[in-house]
Amino acid sequence: MKRAGQSTETPQVGRSVPRLESWLKVTGRAEYVHNLRLPGMLYGKIFRSTLAHGRIKRIDVAAAQAVGGVHRVVTGEDIRKLIPEPYYGPAFHDQPVLALDKVRYVGEPVAVVLAADPHVAEEAAHLIVAEYEELPAVYDEVEAVSSKAIVHDALRPAGTFPDLKHLKGRTNTNVALDFRLRRGDPDGAMGNAARVFEHRFRTQQVMHTPLEPLVSVAESTESSITIHTASQSPSFVRIEIARLLGWPENRVRVRVPFLGGGFGAKLYIKLEALVSVLSLITKRPVKISLTMEEQFFTITKHASTFRIKSAVTKDGRIVARDCEVWWNGGAYADIGPRVTQKSGFTAPGPYDIDNVRIDSYALYTNLPPAGALRGFGIPQLVWAYESHTDMVARELGIDPIEFRRRNLLREGRPQATGTRMKDAALEKVLERVAALMNWNDAFDRGGGTVRRGRGIALGFKACIANTTSLAALNVNADGSCTVYTSCVDMGQASDTAMAQIAAEVLRIPTEAVTVVHSDTDVTPFDMATLGSRSLFHSGNAVKLAAEDALGKINQLRQELHLPADAAIADVFKKKYGMRAGSVMGAGNFIPPYTPPDENGQTDNATPFWMVGATGVEVEVDTETGRVRLTRLVNVADVGAPINPKIVETQLSGASIMQLGFSLFEKMQFDADGQLRNASFAEYKIPGFHDIPAEIVNEAVVAQQSTGPFGGKGVGETGTFGVSPAIANAIHDAVGVRLTSLPMTPEAVFNAISSNAGRE
Amino acid sequence: MRREIRFRLNGEHVAAQVAPHETLVEVLRTEFGLHGARESCGQGMCGCCTVVVNSRAVSGCLYLASLCENADVRTIEAANGEEGGLDPVQQAFVDAGALQCGFCTPGFVLMTRQLLDEIPDPDEDDIRHYLSGNLCRCAAYPEIIEAVKLAARRRKTSREENR
Repeated sequence: MKRAGQSTETPQVGRSVPRLESWLKVTGRAEYVHNLRLPGMLYGKIFRSTLAHGRIKRIDVAAAQAVGGVHRVVTGEDIRKLIPEPYYGPAFHDQPVLALDKVRYVGEPVAVVLAADPHVAEEAAHLIVAEYEELPAVYDEVEAVSSKAIVHDALRPAGTFPDLKHLKGRTNTNVALDFRLRRGDPDGAMGNAARVFEHRFRTQQVMHTPLEPLVSVAESTESSITIHTASQSPSFVRIEIARLLGWPENRVRVRVPFLGGGFGAKLYIKLEALVSVLSLITKRPVKISLTMEEQFFTITKHASTFRIKSAVTKDGRIVARDCEVWWNGGAYADIGPRVTQKSGFTAPGPYDIDNVRIDSYALYTNLPPAGALRGFGIPQLVWAYESHTDMVARELGIDPIEFRRRNLLREGRPQATGTRMKDAALEKVLERVAALMNWNDAFDRGGGTVRRGRGIALGFKACIANTTSLAALNVNADGSCTVYTSCVDMGQASDTAMAQIAAEVLRIPTEAVTVVHSDTDVTPFDMATLGSRSLFHSGNAVKLAAEDALGKINQLRQELHLPADAAIADVFKKKYGMRAGSVMGAGNFIPPYTPPDENGQTDNATPFWMVGATGVEVEVDTETGRVRLTRLVNVADVGAPINPKIVETQLSGASIMQLGFSLFEKMQFDADGQLRNASFAEYKIPGFHDIPAEIVNEAVVAQQSTGPFGGKGVGETGTFGVSPAIANAIHDAVGVRLTSLPMTPEAVFNAISSNAGRE
Repeated sequence: MRREIRFRLNGEHVAAQVAPHETLVEVLRTEFGLHGARESCGQGMCGCCTVVVNSRAVSGCLYLASLCENADVRTIEAANGEEGGLDPVQQAFVDAGALQCGFCTPGFVLMTRQLLDEIPDPDEDDIRHYLSGNLCRCAAYPEIIEAVKLAARRRKTSREENR
């Protein structure tokens, strides 16, 4: 791929511009918080709970405090002296900055040792002793509904979400949200149906493992605090820290450079509250860098259980679907209740079904907290509904693609919420994946001990609502442009996309645009970089800001009697008699949204739909159970790609990440809730030997009518169909059905063996 | 218990006071402000901390700094081509879009240079095998394979031109 020249004749949008920070990244010079050291800085090392659930009786820090070079040891009680209610969280104010009164999972932060030398801090942390009164613990999300082990004595919703208000102060429950959706008459339809199918699926707990582990630095004065943090949500961090401290927002500054990966791990508050408090207590800059091991104790992806039941007519029409989903949120809610609702309402899949019941439960358990991970719950749902859909099709003797075609949710038809589908190219995506898989051609099924199979799966997602993005933009006197946004570039190339959008509006080369990284003293509010929302929301805000500036420049052109195509630099020169001045533009984007009623019904559930399908060809070794992907096909509706090459890289990267979650990644806990594989030596992520020989990625021709230049988000789309496509292909190859992730060789081998035993 | 070690760093003679337990990646960061080699997994499993010591790539998070006495140490910061531009491997990574968050990229660039020094015209299996000790969570693996092939082609062309 040749680097495009500086010509403005090429449209800026739709061009595969190499990411603007490429030079910085290939020379090792990109800025990460990981690199930051400040004068007088202390390093914090965290002492963690060894018990899954217990009341704190005593924390003895004397030996740690006595180690030479230790500046101070801080516990939850020290923090309570500074902040009477030191609890944070986006949905519930349930998470203490350091454990208070109770510990709720193995690995929960209990105390911090501060020292100028991180090795001293680490050594001293080993000398802390904590005594607990052990309490019964619960780990399974379905058991948590009725368990006598109660993780939180009383629920503490944050108050920002109306659908959580009824939970306030509730005791004796682990249910952190009970989302319900009702449409039509599912019971009646089930009773009258020709066939009813019911299955149960499970997904495991996994971790994002960004290669730059979570890291935050805080420096404070008596009246202000600056937090340098690897965060996807600088605006949220500012609001939440200001709330905790009782300070106005303008005294809290949050700066975010590049992120070494995010995937949902670096959202909301992670280490920011802790380093802020430690800096205020010590009056020194404080840095906490987690190790890879510690990341597993910080944030994870929800394990889940999904019971799905479908009523089908003789000719293969789904007339009712009943979905019951339990989300294992771990010890603190994080964004789990939003996953439960915002993803929960798509649980019946992209099918046109008149009668639907959804019950989706967020559960507290005594495991590390779970939050968002590249899909916000969608991959867990697609895993279940697309495995189930395939099982029903095969049971009915209908080709799996034909069965989906018959039931597909077409443009203009109402989804389970009642919202009518718009700009969701489900049909095109399904047909393209079938074509790229050569679905109607004969297929080599292998023989002997290596059997071949193929499968597809189709998923969709409603982008999260209701969220806002603002952007500002400065056109400089030489015609170059600076964009100010709190959108965070964590590797998805948002800087490049935002520059392309601004450049397209201003008719200047993308390379003439720079993007200022998030700094809440400088860049305007942006809800967060999550859920594939930024290209659409921040992109629209940048587009509005650029149009605002362009309008002002055009006005100057007119006033100065310059032609409409006069170079921007000439406009300024004529206006000021020399190179001087600048023009600012501002953009504020908030798409319309209607909150759901008590039955989950709304006429506007989402600003846009994302659609992704995956097809795979596999080889299954019947003697070892090993599954090898020989071909992986990803097809998506991304609207009109702003940067086709980067869109392809996002689709491909997301599908390979999901491949790890499908085949081998799993956090393994013992009976006492102790994690046994919190390191890359024991928790394997995909490497070169795991990727299929052939990967095909395609964005169908589509337009998001409300998106910037027809574009929309893509970061998560590649994850949707991977797991069920593989399960469907395994079934196709060897006739066994896996209903739990991951599909390890052991699981496949056991399924083959027990299947052979039955025959 | 610090002692002074002397070594060559990116071609310059340098000295540093190091403690016995300090790793190479720590010393590069704290004593020399070099951040291109970075600790990630801390176990030598991911390759983010790759540093070249005496012409061999090592995991800088496991390699003790004190072992670098009199060694020739090279980091990503020295890997640039002539006149401060990008070398063919770096340029190929840019052109093939073989990076996302960039945290693992320096390690991949250094390993690719070593691969092409050993096997100038690698096939896809060679590439996968040689780079299997480097991890990319963004999973830009297909693009990295393209970048390696592109760099190999360009190095071959420039060798032929120089003949």
